[in-house]
Amino acid sequence: MILKGKVWKFGDNIDTDAIIPARYLNTSDPAELAGHVMEDADRDFPSKVKQGDMIIAMANFGCGSSREHAPIAIKAAGMQAVIAKSFARIFYRNAFNIGLPIFESDEAADNISEGDEIEVDADKGVIKNLTKNEEYTAKPIPPFMQELISAGGLIEWTKKRIKAP
Amino acid sequence: MTITEKILAAHAGKDRVSAGELINAKLDVVLANDITAPIAIKEFRKIGAKDVFDRNKIAFIPDHFAPQKDIKAAEQCKMLREFSREYGLSLYFEVGRMGVEHALLPEQGIVLPGDLVIGADSHTCTYGALGAFSTGVGSTDVASAMATGECWFKVPESMKFIYYGKLNKWVSGKDLILHTIGDIGVDGALYMAMEIEGETIRSLPMSGRLTMCNMAIEAGGKNGIIVPDEITEEYVKGKAKRAYTFYTSDSDAAYADVREYDCSRIEPTVSCPHLPSNTKPASELSGISIDQVVIGSCTNGRIEDMREAASVIKGRKVSPNTRMIVIPATQEIYLQAMKEGLAEIFVNADAVFSTPTCGPCLGGHMGILAKGEKAIATTNRNFVGRMGDPGSEVYLSNPAVAAASAVKGRIALPDEV
Repeated sequence: MILKGKVWKFGDNIDTDAIIPARYLNTSDPAELAGHVMEDADRDFPSKVKQGDMIIAMANFGCGSSREHAPIAIKAAGMQAVIAKSFARIFYRNAFNIGLPIFESDEAADNISEGDEIEVDADKGVIKNLTKNEEYTAKPIPPFMQELISAGGLIEWTKKRIKAP
Repeated sequence: MTITEKILAAHAGKDRVSAGELINAKLDVVLANDITAPIAIKEFRKIGAKDVFDRNKIAFIPDHFAPQKDIKAAEQCKMLREFSREYGLSLYFEVGRMGVEHALLPEQGIVLPGDLVIGADSHTCTYGALGAFSTGVGSTDVASAMATGECWFKVPESMKFIYYGKLNKWVSGKDLILHTIGDIGVDGALYMAMEIEGETIRSLPMSGRLTMCNMAIEAGGKNGIIVPDEITEEYVKGKAKRAYTFYTSDSDAAYADVREYDCSRIEPTVSCPHLPSNTKPASELSGISIDQVVIGSCTNGRIEDMREAASVIKGRKVSPNTRMIVIPATQEIYLQAMKEGLAEIFVNADAVFSTPTCGPCLGGHMGILAKGEKAIATTNRNFVGRMGDPGSEVYLSNPAVAAASAVKGRIALPDEV
């Protein structure tokens, strides 16, 4: 799978309250949540973000609450992937469970600037910066996470397990 | 093995597990609230399971936006109620019986030592104080767990935190954990088990232990955990309605890091905006004016916290420039606070005394901040916009410092009032 798009850049410790503030959690409707994505990190973000964009962040992206509304809002806003130096663990789980592609790469986070065009080879874990003509590698996705991805997320994976004798 | 590894191994049907290993493990309790359960319910229905794995092991607790704050919140709470009736869930707690989930489940003896617990709420790590392995997950994890009774885990590495020395006056579990998060940072224990021990912990009451494990997530931890002892036994006996197991860590267990803290050098501590790791001694913050004080939450909404705040504010008044909101975390705590005259002390001090709810902790309801307002709260997070407008600010403290700050209208130490 090749993902190509423009990048929005964020810093360290982007928490789930910044990704989707709790004041909007009286719904779990993906489209409504997408309308407020990253609002407390950048007020204008929901109106600026376009289908196919990606997020680059520094360390500990998605820290804080367990709310799955955070990766849902990012995905529903049309973003294809999040690349960060590291992810908070519940966000990491949630992203794989719901099928939002995420990648860990220090060099990508350090060198990609906001507005750069990038191309991610999701299977090989190679991130190409088309604007700067650079290439970075992402940490390999653990085998079980790959199993979840190929199953189509945790629900599909669980369905298979329940059916298996 | 560590206590964390032993509990995970026992629930995965293995003799031993080691850090980094991926396991499927059987669950004792699966938890969700009015924000996270609606997604779990929708996803559970997609699985097509005939039934839930065990109607007595799934706890649905409407506490975040309950009592229902608006129509949308009411719809979400209704989903929990209807699903609970449909599947006959015995651990559904209606308004009037509910409390803040992480205060309610230990109080009612529903989570016990040695248990393996997941919850679609990040502060599920609280129950480590009982010597259980418990961790926050997402709604989809809960959906899958409701169908199978199992969950996948990567066995975490453990970090050991040793506390020694006598606690200073007005220093409690909250100050120890804030100090620790200030030391290691908000991702200092990322993916790790935080094993908390030492002579200070051995004499720390269960309320303080629950507060410490509650905030393990604020250092990125997968779980906080304390090896159970006499204090644990004293707390769970009489509450437990089923058997439980005390696990310990072996003397040759492996730790990724060991850190030691001399508690005699820890002062009442405050986390400044906008990260829990941004800690300072409260004594250095006396210039910060305060618009709102919140005492409550899964972190510090227990009876001991009510007593501590009441002891500071008794016979005094909340500053005319400040408002104070006290929220006992459960109905039982509420009733106990009435019996002990604590409710009267708060009301006489011009504070409000609320029914249990997570409410303002996450900017839900019952005390939202306007732009530019500052709050000091006994809660667990002070991210941008956490308690209201993105232009507001939250300081985190223990209940005594919060109560003293209400009297002074600025951040203050209890000895100043």
